[in-house]
Amino acid sequence: MLEARMKVWRGDKNGGAFKEYKVPVETGMVVLDAMHYIQREIEPDLAVRWNCKAAKCGSCSAEVNGRPSLMCKTRMEGFAQQGQEIMVEPIQAFPIIKDLVTDVSWNYEVNKRIQPFTPKPDADWIIYQEDIERVQEFRKCIECFLCQDVCHVIRDSNRKDAFIGPRFMVRVASLEMHPLDTGDRLKFLKERGGAGYCNITKCCTEVCPEDIHITDNAIIPLKERIVDEYYDPIARFFKHVFVKK
Amino acid sequence: MSNYETREHDVLVVGAGGAGLRAAIEAASKGLRVALVCKSLLGKAHTVMAEGGIAAAMATVDSRDGWQTHFRDTMIGGKYLNNWRMAQLHAQEAPECVTELERWGAVFDRTHDGKILQRAFGGHTYKRLCHVGDRTGLELIRTLQDKGVHSGIDVYMECTISKLLKDEDRIAGAFGYFREDGRYILFRAKAVVLATGGVGKAFLVTSNSWEYTADGHALAYDAGADLIDMEFVQFHPTGMVAPTGVRGILVTEAVRGEGGILRNSLGERFMWKYLPEALKNDYAADEAEAKLWVEDTLSGKLRTDHRRPPELSTRDNVARAIYQEVKAGRGSPSGGVFLDISYQPADRVKKKLPSMYHQFKDLADVDITKVPMEVGPTMHYIMGGIRVDADTAESRVPGLFAAGECSGGMHGANRLGGNSLSDLIVFGRRAGRGAATYASNLGTLPRISDAEVNDAIDELEAPLKRSEGPNPYHVQKKMYEITGECFSIFREEGDLTKGLRLMEELKEEIKRVRGPGGKAYNPGWHLCRDLRNLAIAAEAIGRSALSRRESRGAHSRLDYTETDEKLGHENTSIFRGPDGSMHLEKTPLPEMPAELKEILKKKEVAHA
Ligand SMILES: Cc1cc2nc3c(=O)[nH]c(=O)nc-3n(C[C@H](O)[C@H](O)[C@H](O)COP(=O)(O)OP(=O)(O)OC[C@H]3O[C@@H](n4cnc5c(N)ncnc54)[C@H](O)[C@@H]3O)c2cc1C
Ligand code: SF4
Ligand code: SF4
Ligand code: FES
Repeated sequence: MLEARMKVWRGDKNGGAFKEYKVPVETGMVVLDAMHYIQREIEPDLAVRWNCKAAKCGSCSAEVNGRPSLMCKTRMEGFAQQGQEIMVEPIQAFPIIKDLVTDVSWNYEVNKRIQPFTPKPDADWIIYQEDIERVQEFRKCIECFLCQDVCHVIRDSNRKDAFIGPRFMVRVASLEMHPLDTGDRLKFLKERGGAGYCNITKCCTEVCPEDIHITDNAIIPLKERIVDEYYDPIARFFKHVFVKK
Repeated sequence: MSNYETREHDVLVVGAGGAGLRAAIEAASKGLRVALVCKSLLGKAHTVMAEGGIAAAMATVDSRDGWQTHFRDTMIGGKYLNNWRMAQLHAQEAPECVTELERWGAVFDRTHDGKILQRAFGGHTYKRLCHVGDRTGLELIRTLQDKGVHSGIDVYMECTISKLLKDEDRIAGAFGYFREDGRYILFRAKAVVLATGGVGKAFLVTSNSWEYTADGHALAYDAGADLIDMEFVQFHPTGMVAPTGVRGILVTEAVRGEGGILRNSLGERFMWKYLPEALKNDYAADEAEAKLWVEDTLSGKLRTDHRRPPELSTRDNVARAIYQEVKAGRGSPSGGVFLDISYQPADRVKKKLPSMYHQFKDLADVDITKVPMEVGPTMHYIMGGIRVDADTAESRVPGLFAAGECSGGMHGANRLGGNSLSDLIVFGRRAGRGAATYASNLGTLPRISDAEVNDAIDELEAPLKRSEGPNPYHVQKKMYEITGECFSIFREEGDLTKGLRLMEELKEEIKRVRGPGGKAYNPGWHLCRDLRNLAIAAEAIGRSALSRRESRGAHSRLDYTETDEKLGHENTSIFRGPDGSMHLEKTPLPEMPAELKEILKKKEVAHA
């Protein structure tokens, strides 16, 4: 049977190191299965988050050979066949709890600051499919926070105080573009959300396991709306008079 | 003795899936102090995995639908063993609960005229499942999560409740630990709502996640509640069978709802052979009629006069059919059968079943728009659970409420697809309301004795302190062998008795398991406690199955293959006896009022 050489980061907030394991590889096996193998047969206290094992819950985010990935969706065979070592480490943008588990609570705090869905009071709730396609794209988000992990504003500059990150740009977009929403989150985005920090590197879009076009469909249109609202009085006038949301 | 922190709330909700979130929102809306506790992060509960949809007689697609038909379908699906009052409330209240979700921001797929779109599912007479592609559960949980965070609820994430605490007879709170660092927490509360989901991890091949360790079932059992209908375990007919790493992962019923065809290795469309005689007329007579039904569905026609394909029979029936085909040597190479949707336009398949498309492509290198899938039965859902009052969701322990998959009664002997998500919001809401009313009427917080808390701590710490003992993962594997061999899709007295005997040995082993390592995020240690809960569920399933000497719904006995009319009037009830061992009792089904009996008799139900 094919055997994989794995290096898994073990440690906690005080530090840690990669530890080597040899794991037998079956067809169809994913990196998460290998973590379970280690738990079962070698070290039961290896800390990993997971739930669905089907790329639906966004729990099992980690960096596999440097690439931010869902462990339950990352196949082993490819690496193993080429004799490559498989390195698994926690996502880097958030504080370590233990092994592959990080403290992502900041994200939940950010979400609380976003104005919730605020529908028109007198809406008839007739909504056409073509008017919600985009919102539905954003609502596919499984909150894996891989986009937050690669965004340089959060990862390298650690400006969590200033920028809400791509995940929550997507969340705001899903609300702002809902055909019946009347909320206004543009001021929040500009002032406290830090939309200006994003310089459209598109790294977030590249890692999104749900294939959400984070930059093209969420961030850029939101930035345009901010420009219209705050820097372009004529556009703003037209928007308020003619254009519905 | 270890330290612990103490928190005080009016209502403590254990579980943040659809049922728990909905209950917490409801209780908080009454102005009470509400705590919501979950083992995972918020938004990751099992509900997130639900794919196909949420059943509600909105009649947006087929105007013939109404609550009476939904009620009737649910009772027929449950082989009349359902608690009629729950089935009635569920059918009546599901539409308003779905509408409520929409008001809170859920974005369902739409009909041409801008209403909520509904799709066909097994056992439902009309197109009734509101959905968002095949990620309906995500939509439900995210909507409730976003509503919940603005409702003033205190959320405790990655916190596991290990014990319910009582003040004499009534509930007084719960004890648990944080996964992160193993620190302890005591919740004092006037009322507790259990919404912990199912028991899937008692089985090897399952669509369920690690969280499904029967915690709510066991917590309630320990506290003196009774569990009913535990013999009814739903095996979903279509799980992935290959490659081995993905065995059990669900293939949504929506594939069949959208026209997916089941065939055996001879190319035979076998489902016709397995339709129950009495219901044959509800299904297409032949390939030609089934094809017309699919064409109508494909063209987006709201209403079709053709009858549905045989693949849309109820789950228990399809699962047994597949099992028998494989057993008779007509299975696919990996031991399943073929499910084919590739005859439809690729774009449509990708649009309607996007996560199935990706699941097969990413995990099995199979393009479902080009070739058939291989599928086979997988343990999916438990109909049995904590017995509750239909209107208030209260168990027989004062102050203890339950909703969602951990509760019992609603689905009888077999659950229809889509009826779980609707169950969550209908009875989540009722449980939240019931708990709030109870808590408001109770003056002060009940008392909790130090001794009980110390016991709870000792129980948790024992596996950490042992210097030797079996590996919990290996013990779990043994349990898989027992459940897989003795408590599975087809049952027989000899196997069941053997399984129960092996469970006795296993229970002893569980008492000795060791979780090496420290208290910080230690899954091995966590499993030690979970195993105890799983063993309670497995034993309850085995005992209940042994006691039901007939085949009904999801419970199939090789030694009693017929349904016994007389046994359709009693539930199996499991509870802990005064001596600490598991007891079983048969209790009569509540009497159904005449007007509901009328609905069941009629073939066509007229809706106002
Ligand atoms: C793959 C799949 C697809 C499905 N598709 C559909 C569908 O299309 N339609 C449908 O109607 N049904 C579907 N179902 C069934 C349905 O999803 C579940 O029955 C339902 O989501 C259960 O919801 P719940 O609220 O009862 O529990 P869950 O959503 O499972 O939530 C349980 C909660 O309890 C918490 N918990 C458990 N134990 C403890 C403890 N000891 N301490 C603290 N917290 C605890 C967990 O952390 C979690 O938050 C599907 C199921 C699966 C597996
Ligand atoms: S595009 Fe913007 S949000 Fe995305 S990674 Fe780059 S800077 Fe961050
Ligand atoms: S937007 Fe994509 S990458 Fe970011 S959290 Fe959501 S699913 Fe993950
Ligand atoms: S375990 Fe759910 S996304 Fe990987």
